Amino acid sequence: MANVSMTVNGRTVSGHCEDRTLLVQFIRENLGLTGTHVGCDTSQCGACVVHVDGKAVKSCTMLAAQADGSEVMTIEGLASGGELHPVQAAFREHHGLQCGFCTPGMIMSAVDIINRHGGQLDEQTVRAELEGNICRCTGYHNIVKAILDAASKMGDSAKVAAE
Amino acid sequence: MYATNYHRASSVEDAVKLASSSDEAKYISGGQTLLPTMKQRLAAPSDLVDLRHVSDMKGISVDGGKIRIGAATTHAEVASSPDVASACPGLAHLAGHIGDPHVRHLGTIGGSIANNDPAADYPAGLMALGATIVTNTRSISADEFFTGMFETALEDGELIVAVEISAPASCGYAKFPNPASRYAMAGVFVARQGDGSVRLAVTGAGSDGVFRHAGMEQALASDFSPGALDGIGVDDSELLSDIHASSAYRANLVKVMAKRAVSAAG
Repeated sequence: MANVSMTVNGRTVSGHCEDRTLLVQFIRENLGLTGTHVGCDTSQCGACVVHVDGKAVKSCTMLAAQADGSEVMTIEGLASGGELHPVQAAFREHHGLQCGFCTPGMIMSAVDIINRHGGQLDEQTVRAELEGNICRCTGYHNIVKAILDAASKMGDSAKVAAE
Repeated sequence: MYATNYHRASSVEDAVKLASSSDEAKYISGGQTLLPTMKQRLAAPSDLVDLRHVSDMKGISVDGGKIRIGAATTHAEVASSPDVASACPGLAHLAGHIGDPHVRHLGTIGGSIANNDPAADYPAGLMALGATIVTNTRSISADEFFTGMFETALEDGELIVAVEISAPASCGYAKFPNPASRYAMAGVFVARQGDGSVRLAVTGAGSDGVFRHAGMEQALASDFSPGALDGIGVDDSELLSDIHASSAYRANLVKVMAKRAVSAAG
């Protein structure tokens, strides 16, 4: 059994879990943060994407024990004080979702894309960067529109230095 | 996933010691292949030795024409490294097209080559570049390291510490990814050295993993252009054939990707 501590959405949390517990299980079942979804469980669909130490990863393909000591951000950590994050607002504005199952992972990936590329995104880059996120409803069109709009509104100030 | 015991290594020596404490231990670096395999119960290591926090195994350094990449360096780090982009642009391109962004944030070069998946990208790159694989006990040339499908020259418990590459005069990589998995159906890396010699390695297509193609290498050594490959045939008798592509289709893909890799190398 592992004793795991990490910072999740700015809050220090700890828990006791089996060594084989996946990060997504720990987030959903130990912490009760069910915004992070499990779609395929085979590392392909991206519904479980969270940020670990500032980078988008598939939380179904990382052990909770591997994330011990890390900073984790989930979809629940994006909005501040009841105000949607600009990417969340853009997904609503552009109807970037239908059933909504992939949306938490899409939005966490989108924030990561904008962090890395800043406001100077083009459609081709967004589509290539969404390689690891599958949506079976929208055909991606409105998702891409939402990300481009959020990127331009957030501007280059959004770019987080990777160094 | 079957139960396992997690250990976090702090140094190379610590990792080797932790792994030697059990017959069924495995090293885990990015875990982007190992964890899915464990979830399918195709692997059941009793112990996992995590390498992500071993600082000696991370980072990229360039000294003259020599590039050293720590084994626990992620694909995203290789893809975004200005040093790799200037010394060996084909390798940066290769790393930036493995899997998807999330996989590239965790997956590592050492993990990829230790697994030696017949459709992984790095084996072609390191074979064509004539890389040296540095372990905790020795140095192994890429030609000797990749011994077959999912097989390498690594002994039990031996740990890859770094990969060393001499910057080529030019290099390029082109792959035709499987539309679903993004693994290579055929991927070709070509590297030309300052003396005009050429090495070309193919992944995704060979039934025994990565391989070099002598005919293409000779043709490109005398004329480094896509057209030099026009008359070269690719024997399909040793190529993979599965639901995604027949061996004849892969043979053609190898040639098309080889031409694109040469174009990319310029």
